[in-house]
Amino acid sequence: MATIEEQVAELKTQLDAMQSKTPSNKLSMIVFSGDLDKALAAFIIATGATAMGMEVVMFFTFWGTTVMRAKNKNVGGKDMMGTMFGAMLPKGAEKVKLSQMNMGGMGTAMMKALMKKKNVASLPEMIALAEELEVKIYVCEMSMDLMGFKREEMVDYEGLSFAGVATFLEEAQNSKVQLFI
Amino acid sequence: MSDEIKVDKVMDLSGLACPMPVVKVSKGIKEIEVGQVLEATSTDPGSLTDFPVWARTSGNEILKTDQDGKNIKFYIQRKS
Repeated sequence: MATIEEQVAELKTQLDAMQSKTPSNKLSMIVFSGDLDKALAAFIIATGATAMGMEVVMFFTFWGTTVMRAKNKNVGGKDMMGTMFGAMLPKGAEKVKLSQMNMGGMGTAMMKALMKKKNVASLPEMIALAEELEVKIYVCEMSMDLMGFKREEMVDYEGLSFAGVATFLEEAQNSKVQLFI
Repeated sequence: MSDEIKVDKVMDLSGLACPMPVVKVSKGIKEIEVGQVLEATSTDPGSLTDFPVWARTSGNEILKTDQDGKNIKFYIQRKS
C-alpha cells in the first residue's frame, strides 16, 4: 500500500491538473460588428466586467476592425482595393453608424445627442475607459489584410495587439464567459 | 449602538449611466481600507439591482440602502 506521502503527492498532481483546466475569471468577446450600438454594448459589458473583478479580452474581427481605426492617421502604399475600402469604411469610433435607424446619418446624430443628454458615455469615451481598466484588445490580422487596413492606422491603445483565431481561442478556452457581438 | 454608519469616503455618482456607477464604485472601494465604509449615491435606477450583484461578486457588503426619490444611497463596507 502506498504511503501517506505518496497519496498526498498523487492528490496534489491531480489537483494541479484540475486547476489548470478551470477557466479563469475572464471574459472573452468577439466584436464582429462595426455598428455604433453594438460596439457600445461590447464596451459597456467589457468595462462592467472589469468592475466585477474580471479580466477582459476583446477580439475585433471583420467589420469590428473599423471601430479600432484611428480618425486621423493616414497611411499610404495601399493598392486600389485597399484605398477604396479604406475610404468607404468608417474611420474609427466617431464615425461608426447605428445598425438600425441610421437614416443617412440623421438617426446616428440623434442617438449621439440623446446619449449626451442622458449622460451615457460615448464610444470614444468608453474605449478610453477600457484602456484605463486594462481591457486587452486584439485586432484580427486577417480582416485587416482583407480590407487593406494597416497596423499603423489603428488607434493608440495601451493593450492593443494583432492576432489570429488561435490567440482568441486560447483566451476563450480559459474564460468563464465568451460572447460574440 | 447608534444607527449611524461611520462613513470613510463619499462618492457622488448622480447623473451617471450604466456602467459608470459600478465601474467607479469598484475603483472607489479600493481606495479605502478593509472594514471601512464607502457611501455612494447613484441616480441610475439600474443601480438598485446592479450594486447588490456587484457587491456579492466582488466580495463586499452593502450595509444599508436608502432611497430618496431619484437618489439611491448605498453604504458599502470593503470586505476584501
